[in-house]
Amino acid sequence: MKPYLLVDFGSTYTKLTAVDLENEYIIGTAKAPTTVETNVLEGYDRAFKHLMDDHPGISEIAGVSACSSAAGGLKMAAIGLVEELTVEAAKRACLGAGAIVDAVYTHHMTKREAKALNDKEIDIILLAGGTDGGNKECIIHNAKKLKEINVKVPIIVAGNKDAYDEIEEIFEDSTLEYYFVANVMPKLKKLDVKEAKEQIRRIFIDQIIDAKGISKAAEKIGDIIMPTPEAVLKAAELLSNGYEDEEGYGELIVIDIGGATTDVHTIGEGFPKRTEVILKGLEEPFAKRTVEGDLGMRYSARALLSLVSNYEFKKYFEVDDSCDHNIEESLNRRSRQVDFLPETKDEEEFDKAIAKICCDVSVSRHVGHVEVVHTPLGDMYYQTGKDLTGIQYVIGTGGVLINHKEAKRILNQVNKKSNKALELRPTNPSILIDRSYILAAMGLLSQKYPKIALKLMKQYLM
Amino acid sequence: MKTVVIGVIGADVHAVGNKIIDYVLSNNGYNVVNIGVLSTQEDFIDAAIETDAEAILVSSLYGHGEMDCKFMKEKCEEAGIGHVKLYVGGNIVVGKQDFNEVQQTFFNMGFDRVYGPGQKIEDALEDLREDIGS
Repeated sequence: MKPYLLVDFGSTYTKLTAVDLENEYIIGTAKAPTTVETNVLEGYDRAFKHLMDDHPGISEIAGVSACSSAAGGLKMAAIGLVEELTVEAAKRACLGAGAIVDAVYTHHMTKREAKALNDKEIDIILLAGGTDGGNKECIIHNAKKLKEINVKVPIIVAGNKDAYDEIEEIFEDSTLEYYFVANVMPKLKKLDVKEAKEQIRRIFIDQIIDAKGISKAAEKIGDIIMPTPEAVLKAAELLSNGYEDEEGYGELIVIDIGGATTDVHTIGEGFPKRTEVILKGLEEPFAKRTVEGDLGMRYSARALLSLVSNYEFKKYFEVDDSCDHNIEESLNRRSRQVDFLPETKDEEEFDKAIAKICCDVSVSRHVGHVEVVHTPLGDMYYQTGKDLTGIQYVIGTGGVLINHKEAKRILNQVNKKSNKALELRPTNPSILIDRSYILAAMGLLSQKYPKIALKLMKQYLM
Repeated sequence: MKTVVIGVIGADVHAVGNKIIDYVLSNNGYNVVNIGVLSTQEDFIDAAIETDAEAILVSSLYGHGEMDCKFMKEKCEEAGIGHVKLYVGGNIVVGKQDFNEVQQTFFNMGFDRVYGPGQKIEDALEDLREDIGS
């Protein structure tokens, strides 16, 4: 047996998935705690040993692909001009490349902001601003500010191309590392993030991996080809679009509820479905990812206190749940003790309620909204964001969902709600769970064997 | 190439005039950024900032133009684009009012050029050439 091996260096666990390419099935998975502090290969070797112990038939490995979100993942700063336009476009480029957007700056950066940026632990800066032929004064100002503070991390310039010559002159005689790519918003409300995303990935492979101490792994198993969230997005895209004669599932949502964040990925155009609806705002990416830093099961549990009132929180408990939960204490406990595992039925129920809130609120923020406009020709509607009412499938992944026996009940929160009538949420989609935790691995596999990755997803997501 | 932002303000869906303005100005060498119907003041202003526009041409045909355009100049100044020329045209007030008075009202609101019903886009084109060049 010569399996293909997919490796995910996660923040907590290093996960291996072994795939038999010939017979198209997953031989097995194994995991061990990630060891970034010492030598990342220790964790990998341990996981590999588990895999070999469980499947002694494995003789040698046919090939390996790896992704990583270890050591805090890929952290980026997005800089642009108008918040709803180039800043939003820059953020979407970062998110689509699997990064966490840790700092956002609009309009002209001040010295104070530039200094704050330098003090943050950022891996890459994406500098946008202005449409092509539009405003160039702001991006030039911000380029000067970045030079003044002598930023140590790579800068990707993805703004008004008319400003590139001047920016190059500013950066030329410095130690700054910079790259020019196509404008993320070349025309008003047009989104073009492809080049920026590719450049982010190139820098990630060449440098970030090194800086995070994961390069030892790269020496042994080859390049870490992308950040884990990007692998999940790629898997979702493949599952939606299909490949050659293997049909896909059509428009879908992937929800990943983690300890610190909740990621929502949607694949679909999300255009208005009725003629009286007018689309507003920046163009939406076909494959869209949003990350909610304040919604998570553990690290960000405490943040729920300020997000949801006690009264609202109680609505997420099951009707037959008779326990008088101490909401504040339970949340604090989880954010203090991030490896907390529920032991009693009540603790499990409480975790379920947190997961439901993460799911509900993250979907609220991800989906498009409509707004009524009363015109002399009758009521019209503005739509901002994607119309996801026609979504066919919702797929759940991430620790709490793959292990929870009532995961589907948690994911039912994505559905249309009477108290959120203006949100374009799905209506009764089929719900699938990534029980074997293979989505990221399949995203990796899809880079070389898309058809097999697609078949496996269709087989293993249930 | 000079950039201008055009669009129809407020809860107004009249798209025909908007298309004509787009056509004429584009054919006369302007880079026209058309934000379309049902646009808010903020939509115009944000578009003008990102595209470095030198003029904003606001259309309104349904009579509520005066309400929809209130404080637009102030908002432009607040957003740092007070130098951008503001034009407005169409059926911009309720009912039939003396056009000179209407014009004065909009001048007082900070608009640089005001056009009444039936006026040709060529007039605005001429003013545009004078105000921002071609």
